[in-house]
Amino acid sequence: MVSTQILRRRIRSVQGTAKICKAMEMIATAKMRRAQEQAIAGRPYAEEISKVVSDLAVEAQAGGKVHPLLQKREVQKIAIIHMTTDRGLCGGLNANQNRLVAGFILGQTVPVTLVTMGRKGRTFARSAQRNLRAEFTGISDRPSLLETLPISRVVIDDYSNGGVDLVYLAYPRFITTMIQRPAMEVLLPIEPAVLPRVQVAEYIYEPDPSAVLGELLPRYVEMKVYHAILELVASEQSARMVAMRNASDNAKELIEDLTLALHKVRQEMITKEICDISGGAEALV
Amino acid sequence: MATFRLEVVTAERMVFADDVNEVVAWGMEGQLGILPHHAPLMTMLQPGDLLIKKDNEEEYLAISGGFLEVRPDKVIILADASERAEEIDVARAEAAKRRAEATLKERPPGVDAAAEAALRRSLARLKVAERRRRKPRGTA
Repeated sequence: MVSTQILRRRIRSVQGTAKICKAMEMIATAKMRRAQEQAIAGRPYAEEISKVVSDLAVEAQAGGKVHPLLQKREVQKIAIIHMTTDRGLCGGLNANQNRLVAGFILGQTVPVTLVTMGRKGRTFARSAQRNLRAEFTGISDRPSLLETLPISRVVIDDYSNGGVDLVYLAYPRFITTMIQRPAMEVLLPIEPAVLPRVQVAEYIYEPDPSAVLGELLPRYVEMKVYHAILELVASEQSARMVAMRNASDNAKELIEDLTLALHKVRQEMITKEICDISGGAEALV
Repeated sequence: MATFRLEVVTAERMVFADDVNEVVAWGMEGQLGILPHHAPLMTMLQPGDLLIKKDNEEEYLAISGGFLEVRPDKVIILADASERAEEIDVARAEAAKRRAEATLKERPPGVDAAAEAALRRSLARLKVAERRRRKPRGTA
């Protein structure tokens, strides 16, 4: 039979774990809310720049010369920006992400290089013996655009000088607090969205359309990467929140079971003692 | 007075959105002022200060480069970074200015475009912050 002391110790330890889980859940909730706010705050810029890029791409393509970031080439080398979290304890988020990317790589006939964001993806790339072009870690919970620029820089440079012919962006898309879906989309070449054009009088471009487009496109890529990072942070925090809530619920259940077991053992001991005493008393009479 | 809608947005947030009377920005070919009913225009911006006139008040924003688009319904500035005067960290801007100047001193001008751009950005911030100190809000 288990002694009451061992049960008590066990209950105390589970209570401690439950407290930690609860605290992590609350921290994740607060951070998630902030990440969502940040994602929303950046939306006007994203909408505007997409609109302008789609307008300008038509305009500049009419001129004959295609900007390097718009050029489609025969695919001989693929790069993937693989976004994962630095820390674990967030359910299956990173595992799903790694699985998606691994599945994609296995289906390719051309070499694939990885640009990883986050420690979990780096570990994955190393263990899978994948070609690692660059690795980034230590993004903050409140990412600024500045922090994400080096990531975009690497792929923009590689694409411009012909190092890769297709760049994917893989990140956990934040759908709801409960659902995050691994997503993968083409980042380069830029495929300007076809938006209904509001036909207005001719625009004046300063200095000229292709120069404006040339400045605009890298920023468009930077914006895309920045937004993927925001989604990553929001997904990470909400996945962690849900995981930690499940963990603290489980801990509560475990505590109940253990307490019940403790009471049973204690009761049994008391019964046994009474039996002994009354038995002893009877023997004396 | 006629007004138009002005929005200043960065990838991180919306910095400014209001109906204003006039905007003066640093375009690629020098300063340009936008009044209501301006022709559609798309221009790149240099790092510099942005003057916004509304009624009889003037407000300055620091802009670290970007784009200005005049559309029939509104004027949008897609800035790489932008701060209102009260948000500028003067000490940091000073330090950035000194760093950029030091870099430029070591090399002949024109060689290091990045340092020059950095210098222009810090100067723009300092200028905007300076104006704010001289002219606190409400006394304009």
